[in-house]
Amino acid sequence: MLCLPVPFRQPSQPGRSRQSFEQKSRSLWSNAVRRLRKNKMAVASIIFLLFLAIIGDLRSVIAPHNPVKTDVAVAGTYRLPAWSSDPNPMRTGTWDFPLGTDSIGRDVFSRLVYGTRVSLVVGFIPMFAILLIGIPIGLIAGYMGGTIDNILMRLVDVVYAFPALLLAIIMQIAFREHFVGKLLNGLVLLFVSLSIVNWTGVARLVRGQTLSLKEKEFVEASLASGASAPRVLTRHVFPNALSPIIVAAAFVVPGAIISEAVLSYLGVGVRPSTNLNSPFPTSWGQMILDGSKTYTLQPMMLLAPALAVALITLSFTFLGDGLRDALDPREIDS
Amino acid sequence: MFRFIVRRLLSLIPVVIIVSAATFFLMYQAPGGPFDLEKPMPESAVRVLNEKFGLDKPVWINTQAVSDAWSEGVRNPIKLARELSDSQFLNYLKGVFTFDLGPTYESRGAESVQDVIARQFPISLRIGLVGIFFAVTIGIPLGVISALRQNTWVDYTALGISTLGISVPTFVSGLLLLIFLSQNFSVSPIKRPEAWEGFFSTAYILPGFILGLGTTAYMARLTRSSMLEMKRQDFVRTARAKGLAERPVVISHILRNALLPVITILGPAAADLVTGSIIIETIFNAPGLGKTFVAAIGKRDYSIVMGVTIFYAV
Repeated sequence: MLCLPVPFRQPSQPGRSRQSFEQKSRSLWSNAVRRLRKNKMAVASIIFLLFLAIIGDLRSVIAPHNPVKTDVAVAGTYRLPAWSSDPNPMRTGTWDFPLGTDSIGRDVFSRLVYGTRVSLVVGFIPMFAILLIGIPIGLIAGYMGGTIDNILMRLVDVVYAFPALLLAIIMQIAFREHFVGKLLNGLVLLFVSLSIVNWTGVARLVRGQTLSLKEKEFVEASLASGASAPRVLTRHVFPNALSPIIVAAAFVVPGAIISEAVLSYLGVGVRPSTNLNSPFPTSWGQMILDGSKTYTLQPMMLLAPALAVALITLSFTFLGDGLRDALDPREIDS
Repeated sequence: MFRFIVRRLLSLIPVVIIVSAATFFLMYQAPGGPFDLEKPMPESAVRVLNEKFGLDKPVWINTQAVSDAWSEGVRNPIKLARELSDSQFLNYLKGVFTFDLGPTYESRGAESVQDVIARQFPISLRIGLVGIFFAVTIGIPLGVISALRQNTWVDYTALGISTLGISVPTFVSGLLLLIFLSQNFSVSPIKRPEAWEGFFSTAYILPGFILGLGTTAYMARLTRSSMLEMKRQDFVRTARAKGLAERPVVISHILRNALLPVITILGPAAADLVTGSIIIETIFNAPGLGKTFVAAIGKRDYSIVMGVTIFYAV
């Protein structure tokens, strides 16, 4: 497909003037954006994720009920979703509660809407933390080499040896009852647990990139003209290593979302909230935990959050694939 | 080769020490102790238990024992060092290096953690192996077919399935399958504990399949891209130019070379699967190591939690 940047092809095409050649020249990034826009699934994913972000932002407008408030007299417990009916009038579906209600009469749809924000936040913040730890370590290890590289890479090896999920579980148990574990319903602790092991992948990736980039002529030229090491790293090495980092980051986000759901499913994730005004009242993982106990009574309690998790990770996978194809055209199959 | 193995084993030592220290520190931070039950035990019983398991000793280093020994007139530095290292953590670390992961608190010391691992790891291992089996028998053929029929509906379907398989987390697909089976076919995939005993028990099929979904999809994608790369190679064109039939070209030229990277990832993938079954075992109620781990969290049986973490880390 698109293996070469357009300007190289242009002169071979007859009837083209030099002017159009110059007009057609594009930067690497605008080329990448163009390729990304041609990828239908990636565009659909971006739209879907933006849609989720809007839902997360306008949650109080969209959600018909308070996600924590229980009003069993009106809502009924285990009310079925709106399109199914039940002989019991308190359980038959009504559009007041589109996806029905849960064991204590909370509106499942509203909980789902509020959970969106938790999933997005829990996906993106660990990603930034991982990049903030992994990129500097990788750059320094790759650029300095020698003893520093050795020490940093041994550190990476040791951290990498931890089973990520097990360590996250242990972290969650250990600090859940501490005051750190209670900040933002335990989200702060969750960010730490999810980033503490996973930065090693990024560090290794960046180190590898740095190792090959530092041998390139433009780095040599920059050093010869008197640039300092930090300048070479930030202005020359890092920008050139950026595309694989972006691709890796796009795959970190769904991983973090899944881990959050898994931890919440095991009961060591986000703390359940009974506070009516809590900013992060529930998460999809927690809803899956609730739903997995009662799916015979009210299947939507499990189906809705499970499908939500599946869709969000799916769209991040499509986005990541699209980004990889767009930023690294060598990977494209003919 | 021998030197390589020795070096790998030596490099494990710092890993073991740091992993043990970190898990020990974290578990020490955790609230409550293994004997904080719903029904409080008499204080004397707790004291006896704590003494039995050495939980009354200092956590990191035992300065008290050293000063006691010193005032008793002990001056031998080796003996003093032994007294100093008589702490919870250092005793535990000594145990780890002699493959003794300590007693489980739930059984009051009757059963050690390594016994629990020896009893339940095979179940996790079998689930993981079933996963790998499905990954190889479904993933590779799927990749081959989609590469041979590139850019047709067959290819797109296979790619779609594998993208789903990669991105949908196993615990979501596991739970959905569970609902589907129990509601539509009234089959309960949750088997009784006895069902997990036989080596070839059918109980392993579903959890293994679900566990292997991600790897299956990954294998399919890897096989596909590797096949496509091989299809463009010069030696394939040469083989075709010689007039070789399509089947031998595909099987002995393309496939044989394309499978190399796939086989390389089999090892790490198998390790991931065996250790990655925590959720699957919990969902399917399989008495494997992952489920024990989760149950131990609830019971605050910290020696199991630490032991399993160290076991998986190594």
